[in-house]
Amino acid sequence: MKYKDYYQTLGVERSASAADIKKAYRKLAHKFHPDVSKEANAKEKFQEIGEAYETLKDAGKRAAYDELGNAYQPGQDFRPPPDWGKAHGDGQATFDDMDLADLFASLTGARHGGRAHGGHFPIPGQDYDVAAAITLEQAAGGTEFEVNLSVPEPGADGYMRRVSRSFKARIAKGASEGQRLRLPGKGGKGLNGGRDGDLYLIIHLLPHPLFRASGHDLYVDLPLAPWEAALGATVEVPTLHGAVHLKVRPGTRSGQKLRLAKRGLPNPREGIGDLYAVAQIVLPAELSEHERTLLQQMADGSTFDPRSHFKEAAT
Amino acid sequence: MRIEITDALWLDEHHEFSLTEFVELSGLSVDELQHLVDCDALLPVVAVNPAAAEMAADLSAAEARFSAQCLTLARAASRLRNDFDLDTNGLTLTLRLLNRIDELEAELLALRAQLPRSAR
Repeated sequence: MKYKDYYQTLGVERSASAADIKKAYRKLAHKFHPDVSKEANAKEKFQEIGEAYETLKDAGKRAAYDELGNAYQPGQDFRPPPDWGKAHGDGQATFDDMDLADLFASLTGARHGGRAHGGHFPIPGQDYDVAAAITLEQAAGGTEFEVNLSVPEPGADGYMRRVSRSFKARIAKGASEGQRLRLPGKGGKGLNGGRDGDLYLIIHLLPHPLFRASGHDLYVDLPLAPWEAALGATVEVPTLHGAVHLKVRPGTRSGQKLRLAKRGLPNPREGIGDLYAVAQIVLPAELSEHERTLLQQMADGSTFDPRSHFKEAAT
Repeated sequence: MRIEITDALWLDEHHEFSLTEFVELSGLSVDELQHLVDCDALLPVVAVNPAAAEMAADLSAAEARFSAQCLTLARAASRLRNDFDLDTNGLTLTLRLLNRIDELEAELLALRAQLPRSAR
């Protein structure tokens, strides 16, 4: 079993009062609560804080934790002292392959009339939220996402132990950014007849080198040479299912969105999203002598003033 | 080793939960849900129909159903209520703000997608 310093996690002294522990927890919870925090490691950090607080807020568990001693470094392998199990449980735990959090969770069961599965109150299994990062192509065509979970389950001795579970979730085509999917009963095991928890997948679309998704619509930059934008052209535009030809009308402006119907992501209920090619007028990185001459001729011969509205606004 | 494959269910506006299911999955109590419905922070599905709205607003008298889309925010509000000991008013305010953040983030995402890559 790995030692965890719950006092250090909450940033309090071992002699801290219950009020100080609560205050320290609240402060850290405000910063790292995954439902409101934007910190990169918020979920893991909040889990550590919650685990420490679950033990230290309860006077009985805190006393049991203190009796483990403080001669260890966080992460160091250790075993509870002899007779510790008898004093705080039923003395039958072997502590092999046990996690400190699960050990203290088991103590709750012991005090409720038995160990994890020996109590009388149905306890629902824990729900889990897992981010599913998939590509746009996987979202468009549907995919299978492998889920690897480490969940606490009661062992043969009734004490909780971490168990690895792996399975694949079939994600039907049409997923979009932020969408939630539910896998009933795939979370933590319920105890004493409580229902099994659920697993929630949160879809995250990985950045694509060309396309950007907005719901089920896709956007792609369409670079155009000034003469293509001015005179019109037929250009090749990539889609998720291969390139198509797009007719660019004469006089197309930069930023104008050209719609390619039903070339976006499939919507599981309402057809297919659209693809928008966003016109971007670009210049060659370096002008050849001939290009420079042609552009100069245009500058000399044109009366077009792109800033005429400045003058109108000033008058 | 053969890995089991499970179908994932969409939590979208096309899927609904009964009151009992919604209470069980969200972790909110019927009283808390009633308060959220009274404050218009959460709308049962049938309330979209004006004729049934009044009846559905009383969760004890109607077989209210909730859109699966609401479940994500309801679960988040329920977790925040547990972790910060929020009272019913705090819970309602939290749900409203989470809803607003959700709308704004969706809007931001849509606008960002429309910006050319060079401007992002």
